[in-house]
Amino acid sequence: MQDSSVLWEETIEPGASWSHVLKRGAVLHMTDLEGGANVGALFYNFECPVERYNMADTLKAQHIARLTEGFVLFSDMGRILCSVVADSVGWHDPIGGCSNAAVVRAKYGESRYQEARNACHRNGRDSFLVELAKWGLGPRDLVPNVNFFSRVSVSEDGGMEFQEASSPPGAYVELRAEMNVLAVLNTCPHPLDPNPKYAPRPVRLAIRHGAPAGADDPCRLSRPENGRGFILTERYFL
Amino acid sequence: MSGTRIVESRLDPARAVYRFEVPAGEPWLHEVKKGQYFRIVDLKGNQAVDTLFYNAHDYSDRYSAQDTIREQRNIYLTTGTKLMSTGGAVLLTIVADTCGRHDTLGGACANESNMVRYAIEKRFMHACRNSFLKGAIEWGRGLEKRDLTCNINFFMNVPVTPEGKLTFEDGISDPGKYVEMRAETDVLVAISNCPQLNNPCNAYNPTPVEVLIWEGL
Repeated sequence: MQDSSVLWEETIEPGASWSHVLKRGAVLHMTDLEGGANVGALFYNFECPVERYNMADTLKAQHIARLTEGFVLFSDMGRILCSVVADSVGWHDPIGGCSNAAVVRAKYGESRYQEARNACHRNGRDSFLVELAKWGLGPRDLVPNVNFFSRVSVSEDGGMEFQEASSPPGAYVELRAEMNVLAVLNTCPHPLDPNPKYAPRPVRLAIRHGAPAGADDPCRLSRPENGRGFILTERYFL
Repeated sequence: MSGTRIVESRLDPARAVYRFEVPAGEPWLHEVKKGQYFRIVDLKGNQAVDTLFYNAHDYSDRYSAQDTIREQRNIYLTTGTKLMSTGGAVLLTIVADTCGRHDTLGGACANESNMVRYAIEKRFMHACRNSFLKGAIEWGRGLEKRDLTCNINFFMNVPVTPEGKLTFEDGISDPGKYVEMRAETDVLVAISNCPQLNNPCNAYNPTPVEVLIWEGL
């Protein structure tokens, strides 16, 4: 990014983790450098982490089973943690969840640090738990996560299907923090990715200053539910 | 795996070791031991039964909606569904189901989510997450808000479309329909018999449900 408001950029290496407290108004721009990336993500109110991203409230408030520009991520307290303010992909998966050690071992075989060094196999659940532990959080704080850049569609009979090549090289998605949000991310492969080879991808992050949503913000206006979510979020900061 | 599998149980309610009618709007917490069978009966029809499960010996290992639907590659729960924990264990298996489809994406209603979904003035209305909190406080043993995560909505119909839309539809349950599970490990069951009056999940009329437990076969 060439934007002068960018505070810094960094890359989440393939299969690695990242966490940071995004201050209210900050914008996180994520770029899928090579295409086919997956970013497992969880979000917490940093001041009171028992308030956290809630998959069900996010889906039912907006009547969606996908995330894209104009939608928001709700906490369990009726407030908005993040808004999706830009998106070149059109579909990010909120239902597929994360892998765990057993899933990764069964799918890709064993690959330990001792032999593979930093290319060793990592899984979503353990990655979340280690990163959460750095903030004093644990297994009780692990809730359903979002998978950015991945697409899982649902058929009429409820079957879940991972859509390959949903995110091309250079694809991006941009989140604006509406609270002081602890964001916990990793680039482990999506648990439903049919690729038989363990092939996580790098994701470039750019963090920049922004401003809280204005009166005419598209995420605020996209649904009356979101409008009320913004009101409740703004009251929290009064 | 198909999204609907109607299977009747051969267990006789007269031989159950435990029977209790959970009134509308009330919580119910109870342990079910490994090998026992646990049934929920929708007595009056179209009643959403919000349900959480925990490993009875470690509440941090609890029901996971995402692990459950990922393992079976299907978002609807029915006969044959293994209810997975966050730690990767099978907590219970659905062994009979006369309704055919149950939701696990719609979550539990709350004062706060009702304010978002319907109107800020709806804060006063009784909601599942208040019932769960009341149940957790009374149960004690360290159970608290952090432990109230994703739940199952038995008898509730929340279809997802191929275009990625999610809707709350009229129920597909009728009076007397039931779902039955076998506990694969000792579990704590927490139910909120849903008091929601703002959408059709209870046909706008919350009603009691019955819970039954049988010893293992």
